[in-house]
Amino acid sequence: MSTNKIHKKVPDFRLSPTVDKVGVEERVARFQTRSIKNESKMQGLKMVLNMIDLTTLEGKDTPGKVRQLCYKAQHLHDVQPDLPTVAAICVYPSMVAEAKKALGNSGIKVASVSTAFPSGQAPHEIKIMDTRFAVENGADEIDMVISRGKFLAGEYNFVFDEIAAIKEACGSARLKVILETGELASLDQVRRASDIAMYAGADFIKTSTGKIQPAATMQVTYTMLCAIKDFYLKTGVKVGMKPAGGISNSKLALHNLVMVKETLGAGWLNNEWFRFGASSLANDVLMQIMKQTTGHYQSADYFSID
Amino acid sequence: MAKNKKSETVDKKTVIEQSNELFDFNGVWDYAPSPEGTSHVKLKERYDLYIDGKFVAPSSGKYFKTVNPATDEELAEVAYGNEQDVDKAVKAARVAYETVWSKLSAKERGKYIFRIARLMQEKARELAVVETLDAGKTIRESRDVDVPLACNHFFYYAGWADKLEYAFPNRKTQALGVAGQIIPWNFPLLMAAWKIAPALAAGNTVVLKPAETTPLTAMLLAEIIHESGLPAGVVNIVTGYGDTGAAIVNHPDVNKVAFTGSTNVGKIIQKAVAGTGKKLTLELGGKSANIIFEDAPIDQAVEGVVNGIFFNQGHVCCAGSRLFVQESVADMVIQKLKDRLDTLYVGNPLDKNTDIGAINSKAQMETILKYIEIGKNEGADIYESKCSIPKKGNFIRPTLFTDVAQSSRIAQEEIFGPVLSVQTFRTIDEVIQKANNTPFGLAAGVWTDKGSRIFNLTTKLRAGVVWANTYNKFDPTSPFGGYKESGFGREGGMHGLGAYLKFER
Amino acid sequence: MERLEILKTYKIFIGGQFPRTESGRYYSPMNKKGEALANMCLSSKKDHRNAVVAARKAFGSWSERTAFNRGQILYRIAEMLEGRKSQFVEELVKQGATAPKATAEVDLAIDRCVYYAGWCDKYQQVFSSVNPVASSHFNFSALEPMGVVGIIAPQTNSLIGLVSTILPVIAGGNSCVVLAAEQLPLCAITFAEVLATSDLPGGVVNILTGSEKELIDAFHAHMDINAVLYAGENDEHARKLEEGADCNVKRIIRYVGGLTKTTDESPYYINDFQEVKTTWHPIEHVGGATSSY
Repeated sequence: MSTNKIHKKVPDFRLSPTVDKVGVEERVARFQTRSIKNESKMQGLKMVLNMIDLTTLEGKDTPGKVRQLCYKAQHLHDVQPDLPTVAAICVYPSMVAEAKKALGNSGIKVASVSTAFPSGQAPHEIKIMDTRFAVENGADEIDMVISRGKFLAGEYNFVFDEIAAIKEACGSARLKVILETGELASLDQVRRASDIAMYAGADFIKTSTGKIQPAATMQVTYTMLCAIKDFYLKTGVKVGMKPAGGISNSKLALHNLVMVKETLGAGWLNNEWFRFGASSLANDVLMQIMKQTTGHYQSADYFSID
Repeated sequence: MAKNKKSETVDKKTVIEQSNELFDFNGVWDYAPSPEGTSHVKLKERYDLYIDGKFVAPSSGKYFKTVNPATDEELAEVAYGNEQDVDKAVKAARVAYETVWSKLSAKERGKYIFRIARLMQEKARELAVVETLDAGKTIRESRDVDVPLACNHFFYYAGWADKLEYAFPNRKTQALGVAGQIIPWNFPLLMAAWKIAPALAAGNTVVLKPAETTPLTAMLLAEIIHESGLPAGVVNIVTGYGDTGAAIVNHPDVNKVAFTGSTNVGKIIQKAVAGTGKKLTLELGGKSANIIFEDAPIDQAVEGVVNGIFFNQGHVCCAGSRLFVQESVADMVIQKLKDRLDTLYVGNPLDKNTDIGAINSKAQMETILKYIEIGKNEGADIYESKCSIPKKGNFIRPTLFTDVAQSSRIAQEEIFGPVLSVQTFRTIDEVIQKANNTPFGLAAGVWTDKGSRIFNLTTKLRAGVVWANTYNKFDPTSPFGGYKESGFGREGGMHGLGAYLKFER
Repeated sequence: MERLEILKTYKIFIGGQFPRTESGRYYSPMNKKGEALANMCLSSKKDHRNAVVAARKAFGSWSERTAFNRGQILYRIAEMLEGRKSQFVEELVKQGATAPKATAEVDLAIDRCVYYAGWCDKYQQVFSSVNPVASSHFNFSALEPMGVVGIIAPQTNSLIGLVSTILPVIAGGNSCVVLAAEQLPLCAITFAEVLATSDLPGGVVNILTGSEKELIDAFHAHMDINAVLYAGENDEHARKLEEGADCNVKRIIRYVGGLTKTTDESPYYINDFQEVKTTWHPIEHVGGATSSY
């Protein structure tokens, strides 16, 4: 698919809309009162599975571990038929080639973090090389991190230019821009960083690396969804959303879907425009699906850990 | 020039119309029905009056039916109290005041109120379900707003009972005696709590009349009060219609009248108690302004507007029924509002996912529909949510009118339903003037990121409650009440005690 | 040769000006000895209406003055009153008081002005509250003036009742339209002259003389009067006010006894003509920092 462009005409990011945190908390609480039952729960759970970027981002990752994960991605729970696969596998650049091979023509994408993930504290050239390396090894998607230090210092142009440069290095790979919202201190800043990333050509904006707490809180995700909505209204360009880190159970994932549905509508309720970055979410969703199917509450012993 | 201008507005409209189709809020994935269980709730077939600690049949022998406005199903029969019954209730309240309640130490008085609060908390879910059945309001609201607030109100005022001397420095306070209280149908249990709790804490005894369309939770409260062991006659509940209320207002042995309801009836009551020496507080209608400036947190403001007008089907005296948007952001705000309207679920009030429940009664439904017709005839642009509504029962789609003139009736009169009128403004002076340009003065909302502007507005808006960057928030500690024709006296907080006390000078 | 005394023409006080009644009518109240006191203006409903217009016009800027400034001006009233003490004593004697009683009444009136001058920037602190709501909001309730207040002054005395009703009303930022004691009106107009020379903006206090019976309906029927203070003695008039108040849900407050005692002063008289306004605003809690940091 085609990817987003870098915008030539950009607004003054200092003037990004303000966000009232208490109001956001109230709105999020409303999403959380939605009661998802029966067939809508089953449908929702399958959507969640299909939106997962199954992730392993550990220093101790090995090609073997990545191969296991890739197998899991294609065989989530074979005792249950009609299960979708996850959307993508998310790994470090060094593991991209291994993942690509293991996934073959399953249709599951390979996403690679880059730009000296998770800190982003590396020279510009290295970040570019890091990205090119991943793309050349077959990454379909690049998950970059922004320079939070520069952002907090108010150097919005630096942040914009860096994202734009990575975007160019991505070629035809889709770019997810990780804001690392846990380090941005306020929802106003989350909104501003979202605007910068979208104008700089992000195909997705993503909350977190998963290495910092808090990560993908619903408040943060909601703020970013609102930014996506405004960007779409202004430019007609769709941007995807990826909450990552901290979404470890089905209920929270379903409430995230509620939030997408009621903020952006059905157009974003698919893995082309919405992803979950998660490592342990899949098994909880599977347990819930089995509970729906069999009527028995499940035990973790029956679901493979990879 | 004029021609250019016109084409510009037409262009703006097409942008809005187009973008409305950009977001599909109904397709792909929907929520399955998720109704709150009702099996644990056992309604009686018939509810009698609660007088002098006993449940007694009305002297006329007459009962009236109360129905579920969402289904038109009959829920129960309720006693129709007349003048004679009111007289019995007032006499019981007088005896209880003279012989028991005024003799009790303030501490003990407080402990009874605490006990009522706790019993209500224990039965909270039952109260919420019955409230939803009888009033048509959503279970989400009765469960999360009405019932907890009602419990908390008792809890808050319970603590005041033995601390009254701290509320009014340098004044000795005294209870008034018998308080006659008449409450509306929009927040049946909560209004009962707003009335009974401070009255008891201040040392009065009570005769309360619930609204005729929503008497059930008041009767459950009577059962709770009975269970609490509150001395007989301290609280009496007499159900009935307007004539029952009039009998309370006109009873010569009532020392205090507290009324929440329409401005029209409030005025009748004000006239009726003239010259009687009865202390009076009135909490009446409103046509509150909600004002959005261009620098506001727009998404939260839109949410606040939705909460301001569609909360409780718009059956809220302080509903933010007049929206003023600064012209520079008007298109965006209106569009976001329309999107938000489309995501609202209207339907079965017992469903946990329902955002907007049933209109409380057929009569109110007709009033609202009449105003929608008036709005259309006045030339305002109407937008109704695309949501589906049930075929049976009293339901109205959330509705907004744009291009509304200040002189238009839908911008001036209280509709008491899910209907919002939208006007635009350019300058701060203009909006203050327009917001204050009403006989009412209950509440107002202001949305802006600028602190100094908030305080400019909050001081200049002539309204008893001003919500800045929020709307429709309530708390037992927070005084509530109006300026001008929205009534006088406050309910809630320390100031709410004043309505039930006199000073020994 | 004896000098011919210049007699004062007693006019009414509207919008800082001293016009005659537009009706051209007068009445001549008498003292106990049967002597005519003066030819007083018999104010008409139109005078009353003009006074309400002046009071409404003055209300906005008066209510927005700082409390400190209002206190300064009320204190200035006391100063001006002190300076004209002998004139008030004379008038009170003319209206039938003994000299010592007259002096005592004027002294009390001056001290009462000082008393309310001092309250201007304090009553708010006594009656306001910060309300600890159970959500993430800052919530406070403060007092605001009701607006235009109609005052029917005590009819049993000339000065102290007038001062005791006007001062708390204006200390709280209201403007007012006052009907003076019908049969003891002299001090009211002289007090108007005090007000006119004491930095009080025109229109904040407007004083009419005339018939309570004739004007009582104007007080409750005027849609631009927010509240009426009735300090007269006539139960029938009090009832009429309350009955007619429904036209705009007017607040009607009654004081009995003429407010002549030294104890007839308190901030609660200010409070009686205040609305309570409650304001809410969200409190943003960011990060994990608590106030113990």
